[in-house]
Amino acid sequence: MHTIATHTRNYINAEYGVMSWLLTRDHKRIALLYLGSVTTFFALGGLFAVAIRLELLTPAGDLVQSETYNKLFTMHGVIMVFFFLIPAIPAVLGNFLVPIMIGAKDLAFPKLNLLSWYIFMIGASFALWAVVNGGVDTGWTFYTPYSSVVSNTQVIAAAVGIFITGFSSILTGLNFIVTIHRMRAPGMTWFRMPLFIWSHYATSLIMVLGTPVIAITVLLVFAERALKLCIFDASCGGDPVLFQHLFWFYSHPAVYIMILPAMGVISELVAAGARKNVFGYSFVAFASLAIAVLGFLVWGHHMFVSSQSVYAGMIFSILSFLVAIPSAVKVFNWTATLYKGSVSWQTPMLYAYGFIGLFAIGGLTGLFLATLGLDVHVHDTYFIVAHFHYVMVGGTIMAYLGGLHYWWPKISGRLYPEGWAKFGALIVFVGFNLTFFPQFIVGYLGMPRRYHAYPEEFQVLNVMSSAGASILGVGYLIPFVYFIWSMRYGPKAGPNPWGAKGLEWTIDSPPITENFVDTPVVTEGAYAYTHERMDVV
Amino acid sequence: MFQNLPLFPAQASGFAGQVDALYFFLIAVSAFFSLLIALLIVVFAIRYRRRSPDEVGAGITGSLQLELLWTIVPLGITMVMFLWGAWVFFTLNRAPRAAMEIYVVGKQWMWKVQHPDGQREINELHVPVGRPVKLLMGTEDVIHSFFIPAFRTKFDVVPGKLTTLWFEATKPGRYHLFCAEYCGTKHSAMIGWVEVMEPAAFQAWLSGGAGEGSLASRGERLFQDLACHTCHMPDSQGRGPVLDGLFGKPVKLQDGRTVVADESYLRESIVNPQGKIVAGYQPLMPTFQGLISEEGVLQLIAYIKTLGPKAAPGPSANEPPPPAKQGTP
Repeated sequence: MHTIATHTRNYINAEYGVMSWLLTRDHKRIALLYLGSVTTFFALGGLFAVAIRLELLTPAGDLVQSETYNKLFTMHGVIMVFFFLIPAIPAVLGNFLVPIMIGAKDLAFPKLNLLSWYIFMIGASFALWAVVNGGVDTGWTFYTPYSSVVSNTQVIAAAVGIFITGFSSILTGLNFIVTIHRMRAPGMTWFRMPLFIWSHYATSLIMVLGTPVIAITVLLVFAERALKLCIFDASCGGDPVLFQHLFWFYSHPAVYIMILPAMGVISELVAAGARKNVFGYSFVAFASLAIAVLGFLVWGHHMFVSSQSVYAGMIFSILSFLVAIPSAVKVFNWTATLYKGSVSWQTPMLYAYGFIGLFAIGGLTGLFLATLGLDVHVHDTYFIVAHFHYVMVGGTIMAYLGGLHYWWPKISGRLYPEGWAKFGALIVFVGFNLTFFPQFIVGYLGMPRRYHAYPEEFQVLNVMSSAGASILGVGYLIPFVYFIWSMRYGPKAGPNPWGAKGLEWTIDSPPITENFVDTPVVTEGAYAYTHERMDVV
Repeated sequence: MFQNLPLFPAQASGFAGQVDALYFFLIAVSAFFSLLIALLIVVFAIRYRRRSPDEVGAGITGSLQLELLWTIVPLGITMVMFLWGAWVFFTLNRAPRAAMEIYVVGKQWMWKVQHPDGQREINELHVPVGRPVKLLMGTEDVIHSFFIPAFRTKFDVVPGKLTTLWFEATKPGRYHLFCAEYCGTKHSAMIGWVEVMEPAAFQAWLSGGAGEGSLASRGERLFQDLACHTCHMPDSQGRGPVLDGLFGKPVKLQDGRTVVADESYLRESIVNPQGKIVAGYQPLMPTFQGLISEEGVLQLIAYIKTLGPKAAPGPSANEPPPPAKQGTP
């Protein structure tokens, strides 16, 4: 490793003043703008979740009115999905790391990158306006004809918000694709790229190809609501199920927009945590692309009891099983990476272990839903709620937190307090499982999702969930506090506190504005911890 | 505390055992792989823990054999799940021809049930034990979903469509009925009970309150009131197609297609008559969308189904419906 000159100027203190942030074209500063935004939305979505869990402590709907409850779960879903989970990893960690990891000075289109953030914030403003002015009660799925002709809440504002935010996704995806194709440093071949880049490449493809469809879908809801065009309303010849096809054609791939970047983070954490090549690098890389492609062909598994034909159901079922295979391949490869590694027990790895275990459960319970005869019973119950929270919270948020810990020294130049961080990771893991595992059981018992009141026999399991949620909430507050604390008081991190491979660990922490003093020349694969070669056995 | 902690729903239909067997198979597979992964992570993380700050892992890059192993084995297992699940799904979707038919309408926020012999109930469904029951379902407003956890089955009711759901209750008792598709403010109050009764008790209940006549006879009255009979005459003299003996038969359409005259076709022909014009007839019929309630549509369908080709077999729709319908929604 060449010696690193320490610079007194870095991207954080290169310029001062609010305008230097609001008009920045530096991908790292834009990443921090997104970090601030998505953290705020996460907190807001979390507050809605707290209210939901408080209401569900008792079987009767007694804390809030039904109208209010319906708005709470709708806004929880809308904010968490569109304004936290979809942007969180790509727009924060991806923005920060994609150029650095491939040896570039910035993304291909820095101004477009800043525009993405503004578009995101404008879209979010519409959604927030909808929250403040009475809320929306359609569920984040906006099923018609309820959303398009019946509900009298702020559907239009929320739909416009989602429509606008979609463009931010599209532009970010476009920026990543062009950057990865055109701006790799000399010697950074496709198969030397970190797996984080592969997963962001696959994610970007989905963003660019899928997001226009959700834009069209919410536009059609808008057209039916505001202009009285007849599209989904059966009373004038429309088809309500058409909405579900359009909605899930985007929203199922969107699940992979949320989980693929998380998988990329885990590949990096596992490699650095075991100081080893990711086992089966090319299989993990191609698994990302396979998920991106197959993910577009499985939307009908949300519609097995929607009056879609039995044969369509069978095709969507078998394709859904196929998309599970690349995910399984990744889980096995991460686990195998630990074998004969030099395995760390530091916080990022604790999150990675948590991710692998919880994502495995999330993925396996997805098989229950792909199984036609079983899905009929568990469809629209708490079983599905538990399943997607295992993937989204146990998967994406665990990976996001693990990634934040791993790259925090690079982002802030400071170390976070390791003891507190381990404690926080443990609390998150325990709180998460206590919150969501009982929901599998109450779901199989038959408790439907989106129920404001429920029969008494479901209460014990709901109380467990609510208790777990309060623990989980504390688990999220702990890192929030010590990350902020560490920005001022944390010890200086130095360029490579983990002893990890990767171009991001060859430069200063925090990096200078243009990342690299001289463009790096890459001569080896992403995880070349040793030059010896060994077989498995 | 644990007597308040149920882990498993009651089994009260022919499907319940089948669905639960599938469930246990998937739990076994999931538990095996989750525990395997968790165990390997813990063992590797302890066995190969970092012992010095400069230590690096072994130079292992991968293994084609292992990649093939953990691609093919999960593929094989999931294909078993697919086939087994598809088989159960077929069973869930194929009502036996001899099933007794009950008509259900969902509306914000209640379930309205009409029995062929005339009984009506709201948020309750009485059925006999040991007899296949087929529900013909519609909705007056938004999408709802008719869900009986103890029977392990549900199906959406969809505006503009007629959907079906069938089951055979196996154990007398009182079971939850839920609306499973979010339908607005009082979604969680759109609940009720399914009362499974011994056949004798069910017969007694049936004969309890059929004050307004059977479903088909109410359909017949509606048929007269709406003046359907002025065009749809029993002989081919009318301006509209003959309805006698129509149900379950193939119908040739003007555009050359042939469709089977099942309940969905009858429903569509009432609310959207221009959609499928019968060959040889003019598109004269006005739409009855909005002029007739969803329950009325179901009554008309029940009536049309009783119109036999020769002498009408009587107004009881409890008899096996005519053959030839492979009706899956």
